Amino acid sequence: MSQGEIVASYVVPVHPHTVLAPDQNPGWRRLRDAFDGAAQTIQDLDADLLIIYSTTWPSIIGHQIQADPNPEWVMVDHDFHDLGSIPYSFNIDADFAHAWNEANKQRGLQSRCVNYKGFPIDVGSVVALTLLNPDNSIPAVIVSSNMYANRSETTVLAKSCLDVIKAQGRRAVAITAMSLSNRMFTDFIQPEEDKIHSLKDDEWNRKILEFLEQGRLEDVGQLSRTIHRQIRVQKVVAFKPMWWLSAMNGNRNDLTGRILAYEAIHGAGGAVVHIDPTSTGVGDKEYDEDDVEYFHGERGVLEGAEESQTDAIQNTDAGVDATDDARASDSGPALWDPTEAKGSVNTDAAPKPVGAYPHARKVGDMLFLSGVGPRQPGTNAIPGGPIHDENGEPLEYDIKAQTHAVVNNVKRIVEEAGATMDQVVDVTTFLVDMKRDFAGYNEVWAETLGKVGPTRTTLAIDALPTPIAVEMKVIVHMPE
Amino acid sequence: MGKGQIVAGCIAPHPPHLVYAENPPQNEPVAEGGWEQLRWGYERLRASLSEHDYDAIVLLSPHWQTYVGTHFLGLPHFEGLSVDPIFPNLFRYHYDMNVDVELAQAIHDEAAKAGLPVKMMENPDFRVDYGTITTGHLFNPDWDKPLVVISSNRSTAYYSVEVMQEIMIELGRVTRKAIEASGKRVVVLASNSLSHRHFTTESEVPEDMSKEHITSHAMHLWDMRMIDYMRSGQAQRILDEMPEFTEQAIAESDGGGLSWLLSTLDVPDYPAILHGYGTIIGTGNAVVEWPCYAHEVNDE
Repeated sequence: MSQGEIVASYVVPVHPHTVLAPDQNPGWRRLRDAFDGAAQTIQDLDADLLIIYSTTWPSIIGHQIQADPNPEWVMVDHDFHDLGSIPYSFNIDADFAHAWNEANKQRGLQSRCVNYKGFPIDVGSVVALTLLNPDNSIPAVIVSSNMYANRSETTVLAKSCLDVIKAQGRRAVAITAMSLSNRMFTDFIQPEEDKIHSLKDDEWNRKILEFLEQGRLEDVGQLSRTIHRQIRVQKVVAFKPMWWLSAMNGNRNDLTGRILAYEAIHGAGGAVVHIDPTSTGVGDKEYDEDDVEYFHGERGVLEGAEESQTDAIQNTDAGVDATDDARASDSGPALWDPTEAKGSVNTDAAPKPVGAYPHARKVGDMLFLSGVGPRQPGTNAIPGGPIHDENGEPLEYDIKAQTHAVVNNVKRIVEEAGATMDQVVDVTTFLVDMKRDFAGYNEVWAETLGKVGPTRTTLAIDALPTPIAVEMKVIVHMPE
Repeated sequence: MGKGQIVAGCIAPHPPHLVYAENPPQNEPVAEGGWEQLRWGYERLRASLSEHDYDAIVLLSPHWQTYVGTHFLGLPHFEGLSVDPIFPNLFRYHYDMNVDVELAQAIHDEAAKAGLPVKMMENPDFRVDYGTITTGHLFNPDWDKPLVVISSNRSTAYYSVEVMQEIMIELGRVTRKAIEASGKRVVVLASNSLSHRHFTTESEVPEDMSKEHITSHAMHLWDMRMIDYMRSGQAQRILDEMPEFTEQAIAESDGGGLSWLLSTLDVPDYPAILHGYGTIIGTGNAVVEWPCYAHEVNDE
């Protein structure tokens, strides 16, 4: 099985004109031709999965993922119902949807699958799937756009999707169904009168497209809030699909972009953009926000949390940094800077030690890691929650989330040393509650290090220095 | 044609949770109850209007969102399955409803004469939005009255609450004019929550009322302030404070329904009847009736 990868990404417009009325306006026809060309490219790439992030499917309770294997209905647009109806019958990869849902939960996201006959697939998804996958030969998955989610949550949503793509070895195409500027004419117009609503919208659209053509997707993501303020009507979802698409592509600025079409649809900016993951070799990040691996936004409103709901929601944008779980960060021993003896390997991408030792030490072609737990670098937060509070009172925690976090921390240290995870040869794991946690830990192991194949020893111990449930001691063989 | 009349005007919330909790035969999911204060509020509203016959219900739903003008259902009959895209676990409702196309067309035509962009929706495949279905069911479970359904033009998003109010006050004025010209007795409904900040998580059992509360004290204060204006006959103050209310309570009044309703009722200066108040996933909701029948002006 391959490692799984994004073989292409697309930005596509959402309105139904390209399906129902392409010949009423030359610009709509050019958009339709671009859609048709993209469909052929996707076939030529031998893609086996289409993933749609749709801005016209808002959600409130986390993200929703379509999991009906064959949703069928007739879609009529709320505004453009006079253009006609679009019957649909789609091929949805329900297995992938469920796996993504689970991966979301592992990374701290609120998420659920939906599988209900008659569920109204949104117009953006219907247009995208109808035109990009006309014979339904490629299975698809659709995810909603959460109206309260901000960058950190949207970024983590992409990372959990990548987890599954890699685990399943898929050749996936990532698609954002979205307008650029989304201001439409508020009155009815004739098709031949269509144009971008204003010069300002047009200028911003062209600026975005220039970035995309240069492969600077992460820069567009970083500009997302500015773009939203400048050229977006305040609908329920912000200009957040670029956060998702950038994270799906590794938050890079060296992609290969191609603008297939850019036209107005009732005043809004509609573009079909192809983004190839091939590196152009140029395009450093000019600046970047913190990367986020897990979402820790506090949303405990059901329990009447002390902080206000408004505060909680505002905090979510900062993700792992500003929403650090206080129970975790305020407990445990003091943190140390890693030591720097000969051969030491240290990285800011791993949690700080709780004593005077390095993250790893290289001797010859062997790399020995200090015990690695799930704490997050920079914040000391514990994915899945700490196992007890400051008074030692037990807390509920998620061993699978903790184990995933351990593996990710191991990976960062290993890669900092110039090695790769498939060079891990031996692991000793320490669990503080073997009876409770072995099954969950073992499941994550099978999905991650188990696929690499190191020898393994698992021990039950009384406690670890921080309120965590799992720690790994790792040895790597990294020949020149 | 004789002089038509608005029998009553109501705010009537539409979260699908209320239909879910009631377990009508049309809805597929089954609940153990929940949100009784609001469901009983709807019961009191129905009882209050049971003595007053009417010919049609005119309803504005914020979940038929149109960005290009205001639209009206324009075919006499719609039936199908309404699945809430946000809470599909709670609401999968088989609907069967009739439309008073004549009255819809009359309001449409009056609005067009006033310069508002309007359109009749005549696509038979159109799926009626769940806000209309929810309010329609709770207000009239027998579905034995035809409806006029008006979309929510998103002018707040495009411009501002002030511009939205100008449009909705004009739409309300022409709605009243068309109703009066029709010779029909009509109830007007704004399908509308008040404060509208949601929880972003859902309890394992959605109808677990131990988890239900307003999302913040500020939201509660705004809801009570608006309800107090309603109960004391100060509709004009609601309109005056609509920009602040809409912004600070993230209120669903952004959809224009409340402004349209008050304008349709000619900005009533008599007290409304509060039939119920409660929260649904943290949002504030009230069932309120303006008893126009008790304040008729006999000008004949």
